[in-house]
Amino acid sequence: MSKIKPRGKVPKKASVDEIIEIKTLIRHPMHSGRMKDKDGKKIPKRIINKFLVKFNDKQVFGMDLEPSISTNPYIAFPFKAKESGTFNFEWIDDNGEKYTMSRKMTVS
Amino acid sequence: MKQIKMQIISRRNILLLLGGATGSLLFSNYALAKPNLALNKIKEISKNTKVEETDLFLDVPEIAENGNQVKVSFDIDSPMTQDDYVKTVYILADGNPAPNVAKFSFSTDMGACSATTRMRLSKTQNVYLLAEYNNGNFAMTKSKVKVTIGGCGG
Repeated sequence: MSKIKPRGKVPKKASVDEIIEIKTLIRHPMHSGRMKDKDGKKIPKRIINKFLVKFNDKQVFGMDLEPSISTNPYIAFPFKAKESGTFNFEWIDDNGEKYTMSRKMTVS
Repeated sequence: MKQIKMQIISRRNILLLLGGATGSLLFSNYALAKPNLALNKIKEISKNTKVEETDLFLDVPEIAENGNQVKVSFDIDSPMTQDDYVKTVYILADGNPAPNVAKFSFSTDMGACSATTRMRLSKTQNVYLLAEYNNGNFAMTKSKVKVTIGGCGG
């Protein structure tokens, strides 16, 4: 299995009250529990089931993912820029593992 | 003597009838419930309150060649202020093994209510978008997606 790696795109600079778009992608197999491997055995379910976004430690966006979400889940969402700060992204999978990423944004 | 015999037969008949009736009832329930998993889920989420069917902007392709990666995005017109905002958005699909696809939790800090993701669709089916507002109201819309190659593994 390839390494699980989160990626994200947040504008470095934004003006006040501008609605920016944040794009995230995490490399994850998202085994739905229904797929079979080469030998015909079922691959156990393992998906990212939660995605959380915090801005300056305040939760601003959350998403619950189900097995119907594609491999390498891509999530894009808007955000209204008001002040400079740091975004903290967190993905949690069925094994309880957490993958995190943070991005800074300057608002002028 | 004759009377007792009659009784036994009729009781057995009644049992048979009852058995048949419940069996067919179960079967018909199952047959009815199958294509409406998503609608049942919507009822469950909205706790049977009235869900208004409006034209929220749900962007899914009309024809998806690959069911493994179907782009889905939505945009709900809302001021996103403390008094009036969209709290939660659900995406459901009625032809997948499980109807739930995703649940988005929004906050007023976002300024707009939209998001994009990619989902799997096992076959041609309806995709539902259900929005829950902060005042407890619900709104939904649906869109049909034709899937050429299903994408749920197998």
